[in-house]
Amino acid sequence: MPLALIAALPFLGALLPGLMARAGRNTAALVTGAVTALALLGLVLHAPAVIGGQVLHQHIAWVPQIGLNADFFLDGLGFLFALLILGIGLLIVIYARFYLDPSENTGEFFTYLLLFQGAMLGIVLTDNVLMLLVFWELTSLSSFLLIGFWKHLAEGRQGARMALTVTGMGGLSMIAGMLILGHIVGSYDISTILQHAEEIQASPLFLPAMILVLVGAFAKSAQFPFHFWLPHAMAAPTPVSAYLHSATMVKAGLFLMARLWPVFAGRPEWFYVVSTVGLVTMVMAAKIALFKDDLKALLAYSTVSHLGLITFLFGLGTKAGAIAGVFHIINHATFKAALFMTAGIVDHETHTRDAKRLGGLMTLMPITFTIATVAGLSMAGIPPFNGFLSKEMMLEAAAHTGWWGLDWIVPLGATVGALFSVAYALRYVAHVFLGPVRDDYPTQPHDPVPGMWISPAILATLVILIGLFPMTMAGWLVTAAASAVTGAEVHPHIVLWHGITPALWMSVIAIAGGALLLALHAPLNRLWEATPKPHAKAMFDAVIDWAARGARGLTQGLHNGAISRYLAIFSVVVLVAGVWAFFTGAYSPGTRPMTPLEPVPVIAWFALMAATVAVVRYHHNRLLALVLVGIIGLMVSIAFVYLSAPDLALTQISVEVVTVMLLLLALNFLPKDSPRESSAPRKTRDAVIAIASGLGLGGLIYALMTRDFAYPTISDWHMAHSKAEAGGENVVNVIIVDFRGYDTFGEITVLGIAALAIYALTDALLRGPANARLRGWVPDLKRAGDRHPLMLVVATRVMMPIAVLVGAFIYLRGHNEPGGGFVAGLVIAIALLMQYMASGFAWAHLRQRANYQNLIGFGVLLAAATGIGAFFNGRPFLTSDFGHFYLPWHLGEFELATAMGFDAGVFLTVVGAVMLALASLSLIARRAGETVNQTPMSTDPSKAKTPEEKANALDEAAAEPHDDASEEH
Amino acid sequence: MELLVASAVGLMSAAGIYLVLRLRTFPVILGLAMLSYAVNLFLFATGRIVVGEPAILSLHLNHYTDPLPQALVLTAIVISFGMTALVVMLSLGAYLETGNDRIDMVDEVEKPQIDPEHMPAPSAPERHPAGQEPQR
Repeated sequence: MPLALIAALPFLGALLPGLMARAGRNTAALVTGAVTALALLGLVLHAPAVIGGQVLHQHIAWVPQIGLNADFFLDGLGFLFALLILGIGLLIVIYARFYLDPSENTGEFFTYLLLFQGAMLGIVLTDNVLMLLVFWELTSLSSFLLIGFWKHLAEGRQGARMALTVTGMGGLSMIAGMLILGHIVGSYDISTILQHAEEIQASPLFLPAMILVLVGAFAKSAQFPFHFWLPHAMAAPTPVSAYLHSATMVKAGLFLMARLWPVFAGRPEWFYVVSTVGLVTMVMAAKIALFKDDLKALLAYSTVSHLGLITFLFGLGTKAGAIAGVFHIINHATFKAALFMTAGIVDHETHTRDAKRLGGLMTLMPITFTIATVAGLSMAGIPPFNGFLSKEMMLEAAAHTGWWGLDWIVPLGATVGALFSVAYALRYVAHVFLGPVRDDYPTQPHDPVPGMWISPAILATLVILIGLFPMTMAGWLVTAAASAVTGAEVHPHIVLWHGITPALWMSVIAIAGGALLLALHAPLNRLWEATPKPHAKAMFDAVIDWAARGARGLTQGLHNGAISRYLAIFSVVVLVAGVWAFFTGAYSPGTRPMTPLEPVPVIAWFALMAATVAVVRYHHNRLLALVLVGIIGLMVSIAFVYLSAPDLALTQISVEVVTVMLLLLALNFLPKDSPRESSAPRKTRDAVIAIASGLGLGGLIYALMTRDFAYPTISDWHMAHSKAEAGGENVVNVIIVDFRGYDTFGEITVLGIAALAIYALTDALLRGPANARLRGWVPDLKRAGDRHPLMLVVATRVMMPIAVLVGAFIYLRGHNEPGGGFVAGLVIAIALLMQYMASGFAWAHLRQRANYQNLIGFGVLLAAATGIGAFFNGRPFLTSDFGHFYLPWHLGEFELATAMGFDAGVFLTVVGAVMLALASLSLIARRAGETVNQTPMSTDPSKAKTPEEKANALDEAAAEPHDDASEEH
Repeated sequence: MELLVASAVGLMSAAGIYLVLRLRTFPVILGLAMLSYAVNLFLFATGRIVVGEPAILSLHLNHYTDPLPQALVLTAIVISFGMTALVVMLSLGAYLETGNDRIDMVDEVEKPQIDPEHMPAPSAPERHPAGQEPQR
């Protein structure tokens, strides 16, 4: 089975239990088990090759140009971890099936479990640093979901958050370190990094990289000072604790240390950091574990302690240490997962896991007792169980290790750690199962159904078998994994009896001392409870609280809801960046010759500058300011005309018309004046920001304009290919509809969305409180007497066909002359607007057939369809085609390009968007009591009344005074 | 000529930024419009100043202005219209909903104040007493 498939199987399978959540827990467990078993089978098929010393690779190219590949590799170490993940995973699935209550959402649980399994497999199988990061964080996330699976438990949620924070932050640190390693080596392939150990050790970045990687590994593997999250993660359901928090996830940190062993090991920095932290963690956690009454807390601290033991072994940097570490990973996984499961069984059957309320379960739960005793004695390091073997190897290694010139400190620490380990392991057996049978259990305990004890029983069997026949049962696995860790072939020889060695004496001391500690547990416990201890959760919460308050303070300071504040901050930041860039760079005056001055542009410039100053001076008078902005827009258009940009000028001037109309309509409903409310200091502050920014922008563009292009631009390419490949002479238009057609397509989509948003906003507005305001609207400006004057109506009617013709002309010539869909759309929109202005919205609206929303949609679709048309020619999206055609009757040659279809889409969208925006405003006007006329003009001369009719009308008016007004409503 | 364009860009952007920092919606919208002019002119001018040589291929010219910034600015003009229209509607909506056209959300904490000068209270009967209704 391909390695990628093994890693992908759990992810693919994760869908199944979730989808089959209603099929019951049997189905969910069966599916999960089947997926796990399949992946396990795939893995085991590779066993002969891997045990034989081969390293399997799988390479999937993803973005090879930038070195992003999905590479997997499997060596002895990866095989060991994958075997643990899938093998114990399978046992956990069986156990969880019986552990979880039928009322719980087992489908969700198994989905999370499979997600975790896939992420964990990814970590151990991937050959890419970046993928490692993704999988690493995925294990943190899935662990978060699993710890918090019982969402109703506050400690579950808190524990989940704490675990995510600590391991997630550690992951960030780890990836920083890994990226440094990748930077030194020049490759992000793990297998390549491993081959460049000397290069990395010689680099000045060696220490930072090592520390960063270790922070991540320590956080994940709950090493001091990050150990505190693991006991809080025990709020998870017990299968999770057994699987993630003893057998697999917490060993990811160890995996990383083992994986990078060839790079780091042997350096004194590595030894002093890793071994010291491991030893301290081992002793400290073992001591705490002895005094925990909650069985899972006891096991959690014991896990931390044993992880410390393995960390210590990897830190030694010797082959013996690596062999012992790898062997203890196997042993710890077997006995600790079994112990967690027995703790879960006890909890499940007695409804308590408080050691103080238990005892005497030996006769009531004989099967559970047997399993727990075997696993517990193994944890204590008592022969002939497997825990004894690896503990002996650890003590043997410790006995020969000096620390900063002190030969006794490491052996002493190791012995004390082992001593505490014996004590809490024996306590777990003695205080739960031995002693007299009590009569105050919460429920009457008895052994569970076989489905629940079969998994720990299998593990306990392994504990015995590995203990009795270490070389047969595990020697091959240890050899393969330890060879992979050290990068050299190792030949471990594990036997029960070494002869009388220092390690044996240390073991004897540990067992005797541990038994003594257990005997003295009651008085020691009182002493323990009387001593004050640092409380990790309170400290963690204080740090989180401090960080949250800091973040909130910063956010509130920058984003207090006042847009003017963050616009000011934004401007100042950009300004400071620009000034900094200017003063740190080298400046020399431009060399490009200036364009000579001519009188007309100077006049326009004066108009522009005067209008701009006037806008600022008179902006409180909004109508005046709007007129001035219109003047500025006009001057900008003139500038475009003069500066060889006819297309821009056309667009600018038509947009100007539409924008001013829109703003005028809106101003009708807004206050006509802005109050003078800014204080003088504020005005000064704003003026300083504005003037400084203006100087910066003006200076920047001046500097740009007085220099030639630093690099050749792509414009020359556009100029050269416009006629030949797109068949257009107006290069600007060709860029819009052809070369950069994709951008334009996105742009008209945005325009359409903006118009639809305006429409939706109006609709929502007219249903909200604004509706009441509008209904009671009193116009604050004098109304025109003749609202739809005769002259305007007639003039716009005459203009309409001419405007349409002009629009069509501009559209058609666009490809070769100034013009195009944008301008044509705006021209037609203005022509339509004139009709609306002349005769009122309702009258014009009744006479228009097209719906604006449809127009927008049709425009976008037409543009898309033109683009898709290129597919039929086997070309990419939006590739245009063109041809020359001859018209009969000597009308001459003309050109048709598919880009014209695209431009037609642009045209329709622009018309639709502009009209929809204005139609929305007129809806508001009508709600505000604007009269709706049915006739084209207010006074229709053709319907003027003769003097007799007038006289009659007067008579009627006297009789029915209000009839005359009906037309207006 | 370059100096004229640069000073126009500078002054228009200064005016735009000053207006954008005002406290009412309408000046902010005008400020955004001014900034759009300034930025469009800026982008356009990155193609350097060329007089009388539009990027329309012909037999008489052998040198043309840079078409690329023009194409970018053309779409920018249309997009800024869409943006202005949307912002105008947002500000109009905010004014009609809350009764004031301040831009700072700080005011929302306080009771929304209806500016009596510009904004009539929504209660219709005050202004249309029952007796006068038919005279509309």
